[in-house]
Amino acid sequence: MATEVHVHGLGEAYKRKEDARFIRGQGNYVDDVQLPGMLYGDIVRSPYGHALIKNVDISEALKVPGVLAVITGKDLDAAGLAWMPTLSADTEAVLALDRVHFQMQEVAFVVATNRYAAADGASAVEVDYEPLQVVVDPKKALEPDAPLLRPDKKEKQPTNQIWHWETGDREATNASFAEAEANGVVVKQEMFIPRIHPAPIETCGCVADFHKATGKLTVWMTSQAPHAHRTLFAIVAGLPEHRIRIISPDIGGGFGNKVPIYPGYVCAVVASITTGKPVKWIEDRTENLSSTGFGRDYHIKAEVAADKDGNVQALRVYTLADHGAFDAAANPSKFPAGLFHICTGSYDFKNAFVEVDAAHTNKAPGGIAYRCSFRVTEASYLIERMMDTLAYEVGKDPAQLRLQNFIKPEAFPYRSALNWTYDSGDYEAALNLAMKNVDYEGLRREQAEKRSRGELMGIGISSFTEIVGAGPGKHFDIAGIQMFDSCEIRVHPTGKALARIGVQTQGQGHETTFAQIIAAELGMSPDDIDVEHGDTDTAPYGLGTYASRSTPVAGAATALAARKVRDKAKKIAAYLLEVGEEDLEWEPGRFFVKGTPGKGKTIQELAFAAYTNCPPYLEPGLEAVDYYDPPNLTYPFGSYICVVDIDRGTGEVHIRRFMAVDDCGTIINPMVVEGQIHGGLTQGLAPAMYEEISFDENGNIRGSNFQDYLIPTSMETPSWETDKTYTPSPHHPIGAKGVGESPTVGAPQAIANAVVDALAHVGVRHIDIPITPWKVWSILKEKGLTSD
Amino acid sequence: MSTHHISVTINGASYEGDVDSRTLLVHWIRDTLRLTGTHIGCDTTSCGACTILVDGKSTKSCTMFAVQADGRQLMTVEGLEQNGKLHPLQEGFHEEHALQCGYCTPGMMMTGLALLQRNPNPTEHEIRVGISGNLCRCTGYVNIVKAIQYAAEKMQATEEVPVSAGQGGE
Repeated sequence: MATEVHVHGLGEAYKRKEDARFIRGQGNYVDDVQLPGMLYGDIVRSPYGHALIKNVDISEALKVPGVLAVITGKDLDAAGLAWMPTLSADTEAVLALDRVHFQMQEVAFVVATNRYAAADGASAVEVDYEPLQVVVDPKKALEPDAPLLRPDKKEKQPTNQIWHWETGDREATNASFAEAEANGVVVKQEMFIPRIHPAPIETCGCVADFHKATGKLTVWMTSQAPHAHRTLFAIVAGLPEHRIRIISPDIGGGFGNKVPIYPGYVCAVVASITTGKPVKWIEDRTENLSSTGFGRDYHIKAEVAADKDGNVQALRVYTLADHGAFDAAANPSKFPAGLFHICTGSYDFKNAFVEVDAAHTNKAPGGIAYRCSFRVTEASYLIERMMDTLAYEVGKDPAQLRLQNFIKPEAFPYRSALNWTYDSGDYEAALNLAMKNVDYEGLRREQAEKRSRGELMGIGISSFTEIVGAGPGKHFDIAGIQMFDSCEIRVHPTGKALARIGVQTQGQGHETTFAQIIAAELGMSPDDIDVEHGDTDTAPYGLGTYASRSTPVAGAATALAARKVRDKAKKIAAYLLEVGEEDLEWEPGRFFVKGTPGKGKTIQELAFAAYTNCPPYLEPGLEAVDYYDPPNLTYPFGSYICVVDIDRGTGEVHIRRFMAVDDCGTIINPMVVEGQIHGGLTQGLAPAMYEEISFDENGNIRGSNFQDYLIPTSMETPSWETDKTYTPSPHHPIGAKGVGESPTVGAPQAIANAVVDALAHVGVRHIDIPITPWKVWSILKEKGLTSD
Repeated sequence: MSTHHISVTINGASYEGDVDSRTLLVHWIRDTLRLTGTHIGCDTTSCGACTILVDGKSTKSCTMFAVQADGRQLMTVEGLEQNGKLHPLQEGFHEEHALQCGYCTPGMMMTGLALLQRNPNPTEHEIRVGISGNLCRCTGYVNIVKAIQYAAEKMQATEEVPVSAGQGGE
């Protein structure tokens, strides 16, 4: 019997449930939380990039009307809280004791009755500094005569090198290069991916509320990983974990910025414990851009060995990673450079070897995985730039060179030279679709015609492969906690359900898409399923949302929890219908007796029976929980083509077209996926052309507000064109792979490749991002290409 | 520092209170009046998350003192829905998936409203120019443009009913 139930399950552009509160201005973000008697905190920050602290005088600050307390590093030290562990086995100063390591470092925390008094108090704290030599260049930081920037470290390191990490087969790779030097081609390129910032429109902040009588600490917090943060608070502050409640309410964008724990959170907690009052701390934009987790800052040297036809043989990469004052990278402990060794990309390399050195500098600590699964963006950028470099070297079209070097569809599951097992892929299909959509051959003809007239037009390709969805737990952790994720489903007697998940949305739309997963499994409407997240007192333990892991990990847990519910419902159906379970068949929303479609029970009837007429041999109720440890990562991919025109008078780059073909396996909600891709592409455009945080020689930050740090507006952002191929993940319960970060990972190099392509005929092989009009104009001038 | 007694109309309701000279309008609206739909994103008049209407003009309320609002008519996101009926802009943002985290959304809708009030039938380019003072980090703007187009069409359709005969003669 065909069902009448329309469940709005997988593949439907179901309108978002969470919109109802946001479009009414009724979201509940951290700064919207206001508690009786609440106090406000403000942070005194260092104006110097590197200095000794000789004295901190709080006496004038304490005279400011409304100021109740000033917490200094010495106060925290007395409580054993002056230092906290980072996510990368370093320790970071909560409030500086005798030395500041970067401009805007936290020095003191002023607590007052309102925001204005707190700010007044902060400006009245007198700090006596003795400036020291500043090092902002990681290459200089590793020179023998560089000053030691972190003498505080327990393992007394003699240099500013944090760690060295390498992977791959060095000897086999070197042998491939020797062979290519003799009989093939070798291309080399240095590239710098500058420091950028996730810059969610909501900055970081919290409200900490400690109740002395109960000993319970509640923290409303801009957190992408509330459970992990609860555990870290328990470890760092020594508070019992069952009396810590982290609530991550509505979050105004995260993109990796809200994964680490920042000193402001810790200070607010200390202030609440000290004063017995709730304490709010909210960053301003400059604090956000200057002191919280940045992305990238990788200096890369890449080499590709190939035969004369451009068939790739080996990849060799050396990278210098600038982690700033404290190594606060949000990476799994096994992989200090994250998943950077996905850098063989979509291509069938026989050998590869990658080395990374990390260095301390006098810059803000990091770096975090900014909308990127732990350094995949850097990896994808380098290989996609190198494929173009190789194409020009052997005189082949960049598309042709990619097609001849792709890992073939029949080679999956594919073991890469750097030991990843790619789950599934069809790279040719994605590139061919993108080329067809833009009429690639037609564009190349147009480019040739324009070149003959002296006009500059470029076509850039990026055929990226992502690696997302961490765990497996045995390889991936956050501060030691394995990266699994979870879902709990409760179906109420009247057939409505509540689901709670261990991941946390910052705009991804989990309240809708996770309801759709359950809807598809149980044959219910998503309207009858509410999804909650972000409250550690109610949600099952999970590792949070970053690295595109929500759908691959928690999405799998959700499907499996729903299947557990369905399995129990089946037992109840067999009891009620007086048949064996093997005699039952499932259609969306209903079990019926095989061959007798009229004899059946809906999921709502079975839910009611679970509480009112449950089989005597079963526990009553209809609930399930699943903790899912994925067997492998997922490998979304895509091919992007960008078409640019360059103004020879100004050096301005105009993006005429941008075609993004993505493959993220099974799609739960195409509208939400499309939205993720639009936003991700815009965050790929940003570093390619506009955004950069740099420092002068004194450690003064440049790009610390939205007038200097240029987030794309509606004027710069093109009308993105998108398309899809569908290659499900074989190991995910519903075949989904995750998509939130693919476009941010894949887009920058498509744009960079297009600009270089426009200038390739005059010998240009590389331009570091962000590709500003000044950089382009300077090249045009050098090549004699500027127009009057 | 002096305090001032101010009277302001917001979304048709009267509010009054004492404010310090330096109190920013956005803090008074959010922290004192608890109309928290208006957000703060940058402190430098760059992002537009705090956009409201002041006497009908879109205004970034993080760069205006509360005392400057004395005697004026304000409208915030909370004033868009009327008698339980969503404003076409709210509908458009929902229908066209023009929001993700929702943080920039109130300011974006208020800027959209000011735009449509001075230009009821904007082109895509005019919409892009109109919202260029509001930053969105999630959506890439494509769907925000569509949402404002949706609202423009819907507002024109409803407004044109009584005047369509007159317009048809032009």
